[in-house]
Parts: sequence; structure tokens; C-alpha cells
Amino acid sequence: MSSCGAPEQGTALPANIDAGKEVVLNGKVTSGGTPVGGAFVRLLDASGEFTAEVVSSPEGDFRFFAAPGDWTVRALHRTGNGEATVSASGPGLHEVAVSVG
Amino acid sequence: MSREDVLVTAAWAEENLNADGVVFVEVDEDASAYDTGHIPGAVKVDWRQDLQDPVRRDFVDRAGFEKLLSARGIGNDDTVILYGGNNNWFAAYAYWYFKLYGHQSVKLLDGGRKKWELDGRPLEADAVTRAETTYSAKEQDLTLRAFRDEAVAAINTKNLVDVRSPDEFSGKLAAPAHLPQEQAQVKGHIPTAINVPWSKAANEDGTFKSNDELRELYKEAGLDEGKATVAYCRIGERSSHTWFALRELLGYSDVKNYDGSWTEYGSLVGVPVEVGA
Repeated sequence: MSSCGAPEQGTALPANIDAGKEVVLNGKVTSGGTPVGGAFVRLLDASGEFTAEVVSSPEGDFRFFAAPGDWTVRALHRTGNGEATVSASGPGLHEVAVSVG
Repeated sequence: MSREDVLVTAAWAEENLNADGVVFVEVDEDASAYDTGHIPGAVKVDWRQDLQDPVRRDFVDRAGFEKLLSARGIGNDDTVILYGGNNNWFAAYAYWYFKLYGHQSVKLLDGGRKKWELDGRPLEADAVTRAETTYSAKEQDLTLRAFRDEAVAAINTKNLVDVRSPDEFSGKLAAPAHLPQEQAQVKGHIPTAINVPWSKAANEDGTFKSNDELRELYKEAGLDEGKATVAYCRIGERSSHTWFALRELLGYSDVKNYDGSWTEYGSLVGVPVEVGA
């Protein structure tokens, strides 16, 4: 049974994922242009409701499997917080960058 | 029961890292976070390897729990402080186990690893060893655990609290949005369940909301305080978080966690399923 815990984050999609079917939100957390690992990255839906949370990889990468729609990505880190929005029209890879500090 | 009996703050934890009779335990789904840095002196419990039956879909039996706690150096009289990643989901799940198997003194670190890290409190990667104990567990307290037939019987009679995200509840998504969506089970929820996502019980930094806020939250969602309650999610760990809020923080007496949750219910043949918000 796979749990609901957040898997390890990175840019390469796991081999069992079909980006033609999944709405994938991919991104990076940075501070002054430098990647921020260990940030708590929260996905909020169009109404601002919490949907999911992952921890950014050492390279600052994160990924969500969402549904079509408007999303907010909010990152928390001991050095500061930040957020960005992304619109996903359908399946495929959607890039979003978040700056904290 | 007061909040202090079941929850400790990060500040309290840091002051009591070396206190006698207090054992910190990090519970995570994978141990990589613990291995790169943990609260000084904390031992680790791996949710998958240590708490699940290796073959059947069930969790470790009484003897397995005794063996695990003995090996980790946890005694029956120790106060166990549980914490972990994922907003304490797996720590809350472990808390529920400790209660099921009758441990006297167990508490959650409010906010878990997230709050600890956001506060910039110390982490260390050193290996932790504690002298082995002879732990003795009780029989499972089944007043805390609901099985599938009870979930079906709860329709229209008990509070059913579905703590998944609104999109999982309505049937738009089959799993949380950080996971791939392909699943064997159908989508939707148990009829008559109210939807109060686990995250509504927590602040952004992972700490629990105040008791007043929590009581208002569940009341507004339609929880009947006069009825027994069954909480569920997808596999039972997010609902442990809500079970903790309802039973341990708010003090409602008859609250069960249905650990089979949607991955079981959504695969059952012949049971009613509702879709939509």
C-alpha cells in the first residue's frame, strides 16, 4: 500500500508516470536566484484551500499531480516565505517558480 | 484531559531533550529525513518497515509492537514524544498505535518536524542507541479502531468524518495532489460523511489550531456532538491526525479511526458510494 506521504522531489518524472494523462506542476524554490532545499511547499486550490504539501529537494525542486485549474504554490522556509500562481489547462507539465525571502 | 497532556510545544521539547524518562521518537514514512538530521537523542520508527505487517494489510501485532519498542529502548514508564514530517501524519498514526496498545504516557510534538525546522532548532545526524528494554504491550483497544463493517454501519447513524481534500471527497481526484492519480478503487466518499480536510485542523506551520477553533470547525461542518464518530481518509494516517484533534484535544469520547479508509472502502463490492461535494 503506498502511503499519502510526500515522495522524494526532483525534476525527472518517475518511470511509471504518464505526463500525457497527469496534470503535473513542476517547479523550483529559489532565494536571490539560489535554489532552496528543505522548503515546505504547499499547493492551494483556486479558493485558497490547502491541497497538498511536499518538501523541496536539495536543488529546490518540487512537483504536484493536480487537476486542470488555477493553483497557488506557497513555500515556507526558515529564511522566509513566498508564493506563485499557475494555471493548468490540461494534462502535461506546467512549470512554476517560487521565490522566498 | 487537557491539551498539555497530549501535546508539547517545540520550546518545551528543546528544554527537555535530556530529561529523564522522556524519549523522542521520529516517525516517518521513509527514514531519509531522520538520517540526514533529527532532534538530538531521538530514535526512529519507520512507518512502513516497523509499523506495517510485512505480508497482510494490517499493522504490527502486539508481539511485534513489544519487540519494536524494546529494541528502541522505550520502557513502559517512559513519556514518549512523537514527531515527524508530513505535518505529523505518521507521528499521529503512531500515537494512535501507542494508545491502541495501551502506552500510558505519549504526546505529540506540536507542529512536528516542520515547526522545529521553521524555528531553526537543532538537528543532528548522529546515530542514537538506547539500552534495550523489555516492553510489555496490552491487547489492542478496539474502542479506538473501526473496521469496514463499522464504516458501513455508520452511514446515517454516526458522524462520518472524511478528512481528505475536497477534490478527493467529491471524486475529482483519487489521491492527494503530490501523488500519481492511478488507483484501483472507485472515487467518491461514504454516504452521509462530512468533509473536513485534516489540514483545516492545522495552522500553516503544522501546529494544531486552538480548541475553540477546532470545536467551531467541526460543529460548522455538521458534526453532531451527541453521536459517536468514525474518521477516515485514504489509508488512515491523515485521519489519525483528525482522530487526535477530536478525541485527544477536544475530548469527544467515542471516536474511532477507520484505518482501512478509502483504499479499502472504495474497493468493496456492493457498498453505497456518493460522489460530488
